[in-house]
Amino acid sequence: MATVRLSFSPAPVHVRTARLVGVAVARRAGVAEELLDEVRLAIGEACTRAVTLHRQYHLSELVTVEMSDSDSYTVRVIDHAPIEASVGLTKLPPDELADESLTDDALTTGVGFALLAGFVDDLQVRPVEDGPGTEVRMVWPVGRR
Amino acid sequence: MELSLATRTVAEHTVLEVGGEVDVYTAPRLRERLIELVDAGARDVVVDLERVEFLDSTGLGVLVGALKRLRTAHGTFGLVCAKEPLLKIFRITALDQVFPIFPTVEAATERDGSGPAS
Repeated sequence: MATVRLSFSPAPVHVRTARLVGVAVARRAGVAEELLDEVRLAIGEACTRAVTLHRQYHLSELVTVEMSDSDSYTVRVIDHAPIEASVGLTKLPPDELADESLTDDALTTGVGFALLAGFVDDLQVRPVEDGPGTEVRMVWPVGRR
Repeated sequence: MELSLATRTVAEHTVLEVGGEVDVYTAPRLRERLIELVDAGARDVVVDLERVEFLDSTGLGVLVGALKRLRTAHGTFGLVCAKEPLLKIFRITALDQVFPIFPTVEAATERDGSGPAS
């Protein structure tokens, strides 16, 4: 069961709010202080990805962030973009990062996924159960229960 | 904290001091400022990230865009960053192999310090 659920219209300005809430709930849940910067970055990246996809597909539906602290701190970021938009999430090799042919969007997507994969040990990207969309699920350990 | 941008000249380099949070909301302003600088003739550009509190993939994309723009213009582009959390972001994305990264503005603006933007 989600402890906190936040839904926001797919506008870049709201991503900061999601980060702030995500870190506040993580701190309250008992996530170690030294992990909070990574939690902030990962939630930001997942929300940025969702907002970017909604804008790309002209979707006005809300992006949802669910934070739960039952056994660990679990954050689910849910978008409603077509599932094929998630295909091709991959880490780019260094020699391609500054390649002229790489578009800014492709670069940002690749770098964003590299950050998610690099900062979240327990990361899953999977289709949502109802309708189009993907769920980015991130789990961090909590120090006290 | 909101994004702050300030430009100064050090040893014939254009130094753009960035502060606050660089994310999907604020990164377009950083992109615009970097384009303005290059369009105005800046060719040796250093972006000082010491006062940056948050940097995401969108901000990194803007920095790569500036690197490419200066490479095309036969200029140089370097970053100043000594904060471990930010350096970790560059390492994880392998962008530490793409950008010249210096610990201080002085190191970045030494003659030929930022090297070719390639």
